[in-house]
Order: sequence, then C-alpha cells, then structure tokens
Amino acid sequence: MHAEITQIVNETPSTQTFFFDLYLGHVPGQYVMVWIRGVDEIPMSLSYSNAITVQKVGDATAALFKLGKGDSFGIRGPFGNGFSLEGKSILLIAGGVGAAPLGSLAEKAKGNNIRVKTILGAKSAEELLFKKRFDNAGDLMIATEDGSLGYPGLATELVDELDLAKYDAIYSCGPEKMMFRVLNIAEGFDVLSRVQFSLQRYVKCGLGLCGMCCIDPSGLRVCRDGPVFRGDQLVGTEFGQYTRDASGKRVKL
Amino acid sequence: MDLTTNVTGLQLRNPTILAAGILGSTASSLKRVMSSGAGAVVTKSIGVALREGHPGPVMIQTEHGFLNAIGLANPSYHEFTHELKEAKGEVPVIVSIFGRNAEEFKEVALGLIGAGPDAFELNLSCPHAEGYGASLGEDPNEVEKITRAVKEAVNVPVWVKLPPLTSIVKSGLAAQKGGADAVVAINTLPAMAIDIESRFPVLGNISGGLSGAAIKPVALKCVYDLYAALNIDIIGVGGVSSWRDALEFILAGASAIEIGSAVYEDMDVFRHISEGIARYLQDTGCDLEDVQGAAVR
Ligand SMILES: Cc1cc2nc3c(=O)[nH]c(=O)nc-3n(C[C@H](O)[C@H](O)[C@H](O)COP(=O)(O)OP(=O)(O)OC[C@H]3O[C@@H](n4cnc5c(N)ncnc54)[C@H](O)[C@@H]3O)c2cc1C
Ligand SMILES: Cc1cc2nc3c(=O)[nH]c(=O)nc-3n(C[C@H](O)[C@H](O)[C@H](O)COP(=O)(O)O)c2cc1C
Repeated sequence: MHAEITQIVNETPSTQTFFFDLYLGHVPGQYVMVWIRGVDEIPMSLSYSNAITVQKVGDATAALFKLGKGDSFGIRGPFGNGFSLEGKSILLIAGGVGAAPLGSLAEKAKGNNIRVKTILGAKSAEELLFKKRFDNAGDLMIATEDGSLGYPGLATELVDELDLAKYDAIYSCGPEKMMFRVLNIAEGFDVLSRVQFSLQRYVKCGLGLCGMCCIDPSGLRVCRDGPVFRGDQLVGTEFGQYTRDASGKRVKL
Repeated sequence: MDLTTNVTGLQLRNPTILAAGILGSTASSLKRVMSSGAGAVVTKSIGVALREGHPGPVMIQTEHGFLNAIGLANPSYHEFTHELKEAKGEVPVIVSIFGRNAEEFKEVALGLIGAGPDAFELNLSCPHAEGYGASLGEDPNEVEKITRAVKEAVNVPVWVKLPPLTSIVKSGLAAQKGGADAVVAINTLPAMAIDIESRFPVLGNISGGLSGAAIKPVALKCVYDLYAALNIDIIGVGGVSSWRDALEFILAGASAIEIGSAVYEDMDVFRHISEGIARYLQDTGCDLEDVQGAAVR
C-alpha cells in the first residue's frame, strides 16, 4: 500500500510521528512494515491507526526523517497479534520509544472504561513520549534517568514499589533490559501470565516464513506469533539474554 | 498407514520435508517444524562468511504466491555449527549449503560435518544472489564439479538443488554424474513486482524468486522430466500446499516433497499432508512405492 504523509509531529528530540492518509483497523501492539523506497523496509508499531512514531537510529529511520508532508512510503500490514485488553484495572510500563504502541492501548482502554495507570520512563524529561496521551487516559507516574522530571532513576524502580497483584493485566514495551526486569518482578508476584510484553527482534519478511525472528527455545515467531507475548511464554527463553542480528547471529544483550 | 520413506538411505517417517530457507535459521524453529509433523527438515542455506542479505523489502505476498530476495542471509558455518548441534532431534536434518565455487562448498561442508548433518543439500539454484546459486546450477560443468567435490569430502548423502530451467535435465544428469544421491527440484523462479505509485521495483534487490501455488505446474514438469532421465532420487518442491499436490509430485516420480511457502497458511501442513496421503493410499489399497512415478508414461 501507498501511504502519503499528511502531518509530521515532533514528539521528542529523537522521535517524530508520521501521520499518513490511510486508516488501518488495528489492534494496539500490531505493527506495519514500512518501505522507505530505495533504502530498506523496517517494522514499526502503529502509534495511531494512521501513524507511526519513529526514533532515529540508523539508515532507514534517518531516510524516513528526511521525508516531509506530501512525501510517501510503502506500507504492508498491520501484522502480528497485538495486545489483548483484559480486566478492569491495568498497568502500562513504557520505556523510551516503547511508548509508541502503548499510547493507543491506553486510549482504547480508557474508551472501554478500564482504569489505566502508566509508568513512563525516559532518559530525560524532553524524551518522555506521549506524556499527554497517558495523562489523559488515567494515572501517570514518570521516571527520568537524569532526574529532570518525576522520579529520578529507572522506570522499573517505580514498578518495584507497586503491588503488581492489584492489576488485572500489565503491559510493557521498552528496552529489553527494562522488560526483563519487569518479568522478574512479575515472577515474584506470581503474575507472569498477566503481563504482556512487546518484543523487538530483527524482522525481515513479516510473514512468518523466513524464520529470522524466532525465539529460543520455543521457535515462536516475533513477527507472526508476536510481537506480543505473555510473561509465562518468555520465562526460560532467550528473552533478556540475547537477540540476533540481520544474519541470524546471536548477539548478547 | 505406514508412510516410512527411504530417501538416499535416510529413513523418513513420512515424505514431507521442510524446504530450505523457511524457518530454517535457528535450531528452535527447525524443532518446531519437526514437532508439527515433518519427515525431515532442511536448514537455511549456509555459506563461508556472515551475510546480512539484501535490503528490504526482502519478501512480499502477491496474488498467486510469494516473491523473495532474502539474499542468502546467514551467520556463516562457524556460527551455525552450534545451531546444527541443537537442531538434531526427532527427524533427519539436511543442511543446505552454498558457495561461489567447489572450494567454498567443500569448506562449508567440512566445517559443518562435525556437527552431525544427516545430509547436505547443495544450493545451486538461488536466483537472486550474484555469483551463487542458479548462476552455478545453470552450468552443467560447475554442477558436476561442485557435486563431486562435496561428495568426495563427506560421507553423508549429497542432494543437489536445481534451478527451474528448460535445461534442468542436463543439470540433473551432471549432478548424477558428479555422484549426487538425489536432486531437488525446484528453487524459486526469477520474478519481480513494480509499485505503480512510486515506480520502484518492490524488492530491495529489484528482482527475486517466485514461490508458492503459482510455480507448482512448473515444478511438476521438472520432476517428471528428471524422473524419466535420472536413476537417483528426485525430491519435488514448489507450490505444494495440500496432499493432492504432494501426490501429483509422487506420481511424477518424487520420492519425497519439500514444502516452503505453504507454511504461511498452516504450520501443521506437514501433518495434514501426511494424513491426506495416508488416506489416499488406504482408499486406493496402494502403498507409496506403487504410486511413485506411476504417472510417468
Ligand atoms: C515489531 C516491532 C515494532 C517496532 N516499533 C517501533 C516503533 O514504533 N518506533 C521505533 O522507532 N522503532 C520501532 N521498532 C524498531 C525499528 O524497527 C528499528 O529501530 C529500525 O528497523 C531501525 O532501522 P535503521 O535502518 O534506521 O537502523 P539500522 O542502522 O539498520 O539498525 C539499528 C538497530 O535497529 C534494529 N533493526 C534494524 N533493522 C531492523 C529490522 N528489520 N527489524 C528489527 N530491528 C531492526 C537493530 O537492532 C539494529 O541494531 C520496532 C521493531 C519491531 C520488531
Ligand atoms: C523466504 C524464502 C527463503 C528461501 N531460502 C532458500 C535458501 O536459503 N536456499 C534454497 O535452496 N532455497 C531457498 N528458498 C526456496 C525454497 O526452498 C523452495 O525451493 C521454493 O520456495 C519453492 O517451494 P514452495 O513453493 O513450497 O515455497 C527460499 C524460499 C523462500 C520463500
């Protein structure tokens, strides 16, 4: 599909939201394959049904950042399973650009009269993504590593203070080290099956065929069986230990 | 119903095999396919050095099949030995290997042999990596040379995977002459797609290979022709998604069939196809040997 950029919003110094002229019926947590023509095709979560929110990290994302209103990219999807919304009271734990798929989950939850609490973490106050969206959807706790806003430290240190058993469901997306810490905390509360994590692996085909994004030892495919997995599916796996590069070689986290 | 099949000395519990490059990069995904009923699995093609593959898009779905140009992404045989050791399990693991020439093929085969592959499948057929695959498989001299080099280096069966050409029988005969235990036909067909909005070829590599339902009739003819001309095992691959497709290939002379793209619709396609073949044999009162090659007239 052909997506024309209708609006670009500067969210933080390193992230921009690209709105486009298609409304994709999506489950929050689903992603699209974004084709920056002549450069590469990369996976991006839908942060709205008509937008992606992108952090500039390398060639393809840098090329995307050069596009303006009226420019276009190719899009395939939505792909993957997305978050399953459950219960009456939920907790979101977002780190950095990991807030991208959680913003639309928070809004959907609010629309369903679910009580939402969010822990949002970033390096600094200006890097906090979707602060307003989470604030509007419910209760928001903030952590910044440099202490410029909210709790000075890691988002997971705020999670440590909470009674996770109180929430019907917990959703997390962010750096894998952060999510791995959440997994460990959840294990302590015996609520692994109530936590849903959105994983990042090298996604090539997006169709579940090339097998580059499979996790050990289950062989579950991040692109098709995920990217969202429950905590009990991740205990004892490669999660938190290693990932793979474009060649399939293991890379320690 | 007993579907046990002997292919080049390997005992398969049924004649369905996972095709090269589909879910074949990691031990865990190969094992997942084993548990979904496959009689054997073929790994992703492995070479001498790490390759990241082509830029994206590397694969798209089209109306009648898939286009891919993954570009032989692999972590090199050094890295893959760990994966192969872990992959060993319920059913035979055939390692697909590629190289630029006989020396490279031999190096990869010798590098992996210690990890215990049950057979090698030589990728002489990938259509979208310059200097590799089909560019070698189209030349009967290279086919014979490479097959012989690997065959002399290792003591496990060697399968040779051929590109879909009108001259496929020539390449097949060359593989047989080089000592191949089986030929595998076919790899994807050279193909492309163009985005009419941006006027860009869709694949990052501009062109790639077509797989899936669209190529079944082509693959079937290749198997039929090879069966008539060769006296080694033929393994059929290309567009198999149902037990009826699989039987067509067996009737054309295939000892076994590999399945790739059909995994997209159904992870348990191996089990479903085996069950279908078993039912057919039961209904017709035949066993596999009776059917194999029965359509070749
Ligand atoms: C399901 C999913 C959803 C994602 N959602 C978002 C999002 O909403 N916003 C966002 O900013 N980022 C998201 N990402 C990460 C994003 O895909 C990568 O940052 C992007 O591919 C980097 O491309 P690059 O060419 O700019 O960087 P490169 O220079 O190519 O690589 C930088 C790093 O990005 C990662 N990466 C590169 N290519 C891929 C790929 N094909 N698949 C996965 N990771 C890759 C690698 O870890 C690499 O080390 C998501 C990833 C996945 C798997
Ligand atoms: C994503 C993908 C990757 C592939 N990678 C390889 C490979 O590494 N080596 C190889 O010999 N064939 C490779 N192939 C070709 C398949 O093994 C098979 O020959 C082809 O897809 C036709 O079978 P199918 O229609 O059942 O998919 C690949 C095919 C696909 C779709």
